[in-house]
Amino acid sequence: MAAEKLALAKAITESLRTAMENDPKVIVMGEDVGKLGGVFRVTDGLQKDFGERRVIDTPLAESGIVGTAIGLALRGYRPVVEIQFDGFVFPAYDQIVTQLAKMHARALGKIKLPVVVRIPYGGGIGAVEHHSESPEALFAHVAGLKVVSPSNASDAYWMMQQAIQSDDPVIFFEPKRRYWDRAEVERESIPGPLHKARVVREGTDVSLVAYGPMVKTCLEAAEAAAAEGKSVEVVDLRSMSPIDFDTVQATTEKTGRLVVVHEAPVFLGTGAEIAARITERSFYHLEAPVLRVGGYHVPYPPARLEDEYLPGLDRVLDAVDRSLAY
Amino acid sequence: MTAKKAPARAAAPATAKSAAKAPARRGSAAKTPATARKAKAAPAKKAPAAPVPAAPADEPELVQLLTPEGVRVPHPEYDRWVEDITADELRGFYRDMVLTRRFDAEATSLQRQGELGLWPSLLGQEAAQIGSGRALRPDDYVFPTYREHGVAWCRGVDPTLLLGMFRGVNNGGWDPTSNNFHLYTIVIGSQALHATGYAMGIGLDGADSAVVAYFGDGASSQGDVAEAFTFSAVYNAPTLFFCQNNQWAISEPTERQTRVPLYQRARGYGFPGVRVDGNDVLAVLAVTRAALAHIRSGQGPMLVEAFTYRMGAHTTSDDPTRYRADDERQAWEAKDPIERLRAHLLAEGLADEAFFASLEEESEAMGRSVREAIRAMPDPDRLAIFENAYADGSSLVDEERAQFEEYQASFADVSAGEGE
Repeated sequence: MAAEKLALAKAITESLRTAMENDPKVIVMGEDVGKLGGVFRVTDGLQKDFGERRVIDTPLAESGIVGTAIGLALRGYRPVVEIQFDGFVFPAYDQIVTQLAKMHARALGKIKLPVVVRIPYGGGIGAVEHHSESPEALFAHVAGLKVVSPSNASDAYWMMQQAIQSDDPVIFFEPKRRYWDRAEVERESIPGPLHKARVVREGTDVSLVAYGPMVKTCLEAAEAAAAEGKSVEVVDLRSMSPIDFDTVQATTEKTGRLVVVHEAPVFLGTGAEIAARITERSFYHLEAPVLRVGGYHVPYPPARLEDEYLPGLDRVLDAVDRSLAY
Repeated sequence: MTAKKAPARAAAPATAKSAAKAPARRGSAAKTPATARKAKAAPAKKAPAAPVPAAPADEPELVQLLTPEGVRVPHPEYDRWVEDITADELRGFYRDMVLTRRFDAEATSLQRQGELGLWPSLLGQEAAQIGSGRALRPDDYVFPTYREHGVAWCRGVDPTLLLGMFRGVNNGGWDPTSNNFHLYTIVIGSQALHATGYAMGIGLDGADSAVVAYFGDGASSQGDVAEAFTFSAVYNAPTLFFCQNNQWAISEPTERQTRVPLYQRARGYGFPGVRVDGNDVLAVLAVTRAALAHIRSGQGPMLVEAFTYRMGAHTTSDDPTRYRADDERQAWEAKDPIERLRAHLLAEGLADEAFFASLEEESEAMGRSVREAIRAMPDPDRLAIFENAYADGSSLVDEERAQFEEYQASFADVSAGEGE
């Protein structure tokens, strides 16, 4: 069967639809997810097809959304909740960290918390404050949570299915500036496990590791570098917790050089963890220190300055050059 | 019907009792900080006419069926909810309360002896917990805070399971689904939302079970409790919010949590609230039964405020003598829930000395068995650290477990060598 081209947002919609068709216990909750179909229209049409009992518009209360999803999960449901924007997850952070992440362990494994928290995240869309942040490291640091982010429509389709099927809580970061990017979605077979990183471009000189919105940027950087005669390998991490270090180690030992790219602040971020672990694992294979490209340790800037803050093609290429210069 | 005014409030330390005083202090201090102390003592009439509504002059009536002296008083609305209660059942409630208090006292002693790291005593709240717990059906679900030892007893939870987390051998330690009694929740008020979600699920299932969220007067200030009220109300969820107002949130009095009686908050969310004498097990039973009937009939949530008193410390780490007066506790001792029912049983000839003597024996035996059980409670296996972090497993946990095992094995080799 020929694969169809879908926008990333639409691929998630289709994934939710498939999951709801397959399992009557899957329910969708959040602010404006019903009639409106979500502010990004990711849940568009679901309430019409599945009704108000399975696609639930909630009060404007993020802690309430996650807290009640926990109760619904305890009752046997598999809630998929939408947090409208990244910066709005913090009222629910307490419920996610103190309750959702720990309840399975506190019950000695007797209960499961299959809750998916969807968070459109990241910048590049000219939004006002609290609408452009990348808080994934704050969640990845918490044991008990799984933290993932797709970078393309096909992955988004499959990773959402897998997140819903997981018996663990999954924080599902959706790269909002890639929502409208279209790609082929092969619906017939699962391409791979949820937490497996993937080499998305082969290369021999430098490895770039990225996830979510930065994968596309890194692929563009690799293309530009190729024009300059440099062979850049690009790895889509896909999961920030757990991290597939084996794949990152393999690419590092292949090229001898590693650059980690994400929108989130570099300080204490996902890149810091990768740099530390890969340095432990592959010290004698490294031709250069592991470099990081990302946001600064400042509040996310106003929209007119976000291009200065976000890693773009030039900053990624600059890091590639610095790595090669060692 | 005898007077049901909430008693002993006047005996509380004069905190924010006067509505007019607080703004006066703030207003004066803001203007001239140097004279703040003087201004504090100034009469209230000097206060600027702040647009702050006065607190209600009188505490509202609370539902009571047994006076502190143990006299059964009629109630036009709630008598019918307990008219079926037999003498045997009354003795059963008495036994529940005595054994719960004995268990609690034993746990407090065990903490003093170093067997438990911490213990939150329920002393004084036995009637609120037994009265509400005995109103539940097996298919109802309970979301407790961390002091509901009496409710756990009513749910048939092995009392020694409650001790594990306070001993430090686990962080919860039981299967919530085996008795429909969720894990204790330490973060104040979080469980009100879990209860609400569970209740929403009951609604989606079309069942007629109910969910009870226990919380305290301090938790009523938390956003999660407010959000739980909102969610339960708008989804018509079968949630019973059972607030044990024990007057103190560690050192903060109820006056620091609210300007209106707590049960009245429900009205603002669109569901009924009622205040019951939390030291009267019969009244708590009646009010909880009525509330559950209301909820099961599909009319949405209810709030019950059990007006009671924490006779002990917040936990064994707390020193209530720093913030509350002795005479306050003495006033509440006169309303002791166990003494009240005992007086009633004796006055009505519903129990004899043999009953009390045999219960005394049972109570001592329980203390012994709890003591023995906890002393026999082993530390968990080292590898338990890595168990159940994830239901589906995690490569990171696997990696760290392997490192830990390797590290531990390095010690085992050394000691084995030394031993030979």
